[in-house]
Amino acid sequence: MKRGLVAFLALATVVLVAVAWLQSGGLRQHAMFSAVTPEEAVQALMSEIQAHNYQQAYASLDRSSDTDLASFIRDVAGSDGSLRTYSSLQAAEVSPLHADRDQALVRVRMNWSSAVGSLDDVRDLRVRRDGSVWRVVWPKLALPTVPLQVVAVNYLSWDVIGRNTSQNWGAQDVDSPKVRITSMNAIARPGRVVILGEVENEDTVPAYLNVNATLLKADGSPIEEEGSFDLISHVLLPKQVSPYRIDFPGVRMDAVKSVRMDARALLVPASADPVISVSDQALSKDGLNRNVLKGELVNQSGRPVNIAQVLAAYYDNSGKVIWVSDGYVDQALMPQVPVPFAVDIPDDIAAGLKNYRVIVNHYSRLSN
Amino acid sequence: MKRAFSSDLALCRRLAGLALLCFLPGWARAAELQVPALVEAGQAFSIPLGGSGQATFYLLGPDHVVKRTVNLGSDLEIVSSDVRSAGRYQVILCDTSCTSATFEVRAAQPAHLSFFLHPSRVPVSTPDSIDASAFVFDQYFNLVLTPAAVDFRVTPASGAGFSQRASTRQGVTWMRMNSTPHEGPVRVTAVLGNVDEARVVQQVAGEACRLSMKAVVSGNRVTLETDPVRDCSGNALPDGTVVSFTKLDNAGKSTVDTPIKKGIARMDFSLHGRAQISVACGVVLGNEVALNGKL
Repeated sequence: MKRGLVAFLALATVVLVAVAWLQSGGLRQHAMFSAVTPEEAVQALMSEIQAHNYQQAYASLDRSSDTDLASFIRDVAGSDGSLRTYSSLQAAEVSPLHADRDQALVRVRMNWSSAVGSLDDVRDLRVRRDGSVWRVVWPKLALPTVPLQVVAVNYLSWDVIGRNTSQNWGAQDVDSPKVRITSMNAIARPGRVVILGEVENEDTVPAYLNVNATLLKADGSPIEEEGSFDLISHVLLPKQVSPYRIDFPGVRMDAVKSVRMDARALLVPASADPVISVSDQALSKDGLNRNVLKGELVNQSGRPVNIAQVLAAYYDNSGKVIWVSDGYVDQALMPQVPVPFAVDIPDDIAAGLKNYRVIVNHYSRLSN
Repeated sequence: MKRAFSSDLALCRRLAGLALLCFLPGWARAAELQVPALVEAGQAFSIPLGGSGQATFYLLGPDHVVKRTVNLGSDLEIVSSDVRSAGRYQVILCDTSCTSATFEVRAAQPAHLSFFLHPSRVPVSTPDSIDASAFVFDQYFNLVLTPAAVDFRVTPASGAGFSQRASTRQGVTWMRMNSTPHEGPVRVTAVLGNVDEARVVQQVAGEACRLSMKAVVSGNRVTLETDPVRDCSGNALPDGTVVSFTKLDNAGKSTVDTPIKKGIARMDFSLHGRAQISVACGVVLGNEVALNGKL
């Protein structure tokens, strides 16, 4: 009886320890440290990143990785209020590119869910054999060093003093900014109608802008009304031009007789700072063989820009806007540091485009 | 809230009763009421009442009702505050029977101007771009429907001012004018007798004109700087206006939207071989600069 109790207690202890080990990710860790193929190694690393176990993920890296824990976390989890800091890894597709006995190259397509939708991050990772297991070699995040300097920011900013509600009828108020839709094009895309074009702030004050479109039937009755949502630069400085795109999913072009456009502008406080340059723009293919417009963003001010969105307008031979695409940059734009971006272009649009123009929307937590 | 509701209810009941009183068939006529046909707003007057004893007097105006017990055989005083609103009034006097009369209250002398000047900003040299409308009211804010002459005095920041007189029709008059070629505030004052109201319209620079830039190369960088950006009338575009620089070289295309600062826009680019650089402001294109590849 006494022996039976001892045996039972010992068995129960072993079972509980095993359960605790499993619950604490021991199985996954075991899988990671016993990754027998390069793909398994990358997949295990992605699992740790997905679970926000950055220390364990870092511990699983190959020793030849020239990154440190802080840089690794900065790379995968984001920093400085960037979009990546508001994102989480949703899924990772791993595909081998090349492998030999001791080294392999594995492509991973990370799909991050964020407040502005899903974002793809495609990386080619080097994986090395370490005894019986494979480990990922994580490159150090290359951050260009910027010379110490004082950046004088003396761009104009605008404040608005509105009308006092206690004033009599007829008291003077400040008019809304004057904006103009300079071009509009309606195109049929698979499963939808798209209205796109450009709009200009013709005024001498900043404008907060919304462009809406209503599709009309032959009898003048509306089919549907939509706004440009985030496919526009909402804040336009004087004489600034923004592309816009309005999607009408589920609408067929042959049902549309005409389009009613409506650009509404509000006078808002704004700042001309920061200036963001878009350099080295070029059309190319990405790792997944998609047509993309690539380039670099450079924040020319002295303050970080937390979240940046790239808006690109594409033109045909006649200068007509044939497509507008956008992409969010998941890194913060630190002063003077180039940050790469890429926005998708549909294949048929890429074949017919002659020119393009890129502008940048930005959001900064410290903006005033 | 409840009290206000009950007071509204009481007023409604009173008005309904009065309306019924007005339209009762077989209306019995008491003493004739002699009221002036036309009264100026806010002007007190009296109505002589014949007979003797007491009667109930009602005054029904456009925005209020008065009920009073009066002594017949004396003058009924209508005080100034009872006839402040322009419109049609009805007086009813009831003792054993009722009698009524109507009179009109017209706006008093002009005392207030409501002045609209639109827009608040206007590009220079734009025809028929400024609208000025003046509404004339008396001291009780009744619209004065009799014609009155309003002077619109226009005082630009630079250059000679002018004045234009216009007569009101149905209480309103307006003027339309061109913006002048020079930027700056334009003060427009509507004047009627000793009453005046002033508004300001800001004339702003129009589209950029003859936009041009120059390039200064230093090593593998180029500094681009526009000439002072002005419109076709020579007015400087305001600081903060966006100027777009576009560079095309071996590294691809680079674009910057940069605001004008102190009248000019400036930008630095790195160079990679031959470069073609253009400048634009809104929909206005400027000159192009070609740089050779010896950089």
